[in-house]
Amino acid sequence: MARAATTTDAFNAVAEPRRRQILDVLAGGERPVNELVEALGIAQPLVSKHLRVLREVGAVHVRDEGRRRLYRLNGRALKPIHDWVSRYEGLWSERFELLDDVLDDLKKEEDDGDDEQRDGGRDAPH
Amino acid sequence: MATTSSGTAVVTLPTDTTIQITRELAAPKHLVYKAYTTPELVRRWWHANRGEMTVCEIDLRVGGTWRYVMIAHGGFEVGFHGEYREIVPNERLVSTEVYEAIPDGQAIDTLTLTEEGGRTTMTILVEHASREARDGHINSGMEDGMQDALDRLEQAAVSLL
Repeated sequence: MARAATTTDAFNAVAEPRRRQILDVLAGGERPVNELVEALGIAQPLVSKHLRVLREVGAVHVRDEGRRRLYRLNGRALKPIHDWVSRYEGLWSERFELLDDVLDDLKKEEDDGDDEQRDGGRDAPH
Repeated sequence: MATTSSGTAVVTLPTDTTIQITRELAAPKHLVYKAYTTPELVRRWWHANRGEMTVCEIDLRVGGTWRYVMIAHGGFEVGFHGEYREIVPNERLVSTEVYEAIPDGQAIDTLTLTEEGGRTTMTILVEHASREARDGHINSGMEDGMQDALDRLEQAAVSLL
């Protein structure tokens, strides 16, 4: 009940797969609505609805050029998400670096303890 | 002989409730599996240099349990535990995972190992029951400042109410 409306932050805005798709397309540069409609293959009103949500959180900016409305990505609004996930990514990156060392040791052990083993054939069914 | 540098982990959020972690490792999959399921070896990498691992229990059989606890630098304790659901040695491991700070939220972890040319791609898919729980899990990956992480955790917990 006390929760914020789903459109009020960038996290919610990008939770919707179609909206992420729109952001992916816009990552390639500014686009008019009709090109987004084409790229997504869904009806224009639906695209417009998603664009409105993205605009409300500042994830996209819009400008008029003659009769066309052009949308572009605003990376700054998405930075909190990037920061948030990259912290978690950092944890795993560090885990994997330590795992690399463990695996190096295991490979050495295996080579030392099993000199007779030939290359290949490891995946042979047994 | 092998160079081990394989780049960083790639974390994606494929859906509202999932996290996927992928990394290539310079070793065949049976060794990756061993490093992932042997307590003495898990103790060497799971802490990610963020603290000291105080508990590492693995009862590797379907229905068996696991529990990892770390005292992070700064004294804060983080614990995770779960139960093994599906075991295909060297290939696939499915288990439940509970972050003990949010005991109500249980995730399903699926580890998949695929080998090519002696190198292994490791994929961990974490499936949560809700987006809030998923977000709380990501927040548990604290890096700089425990308090920040605790604040986020608290936010996530409050949003579950």
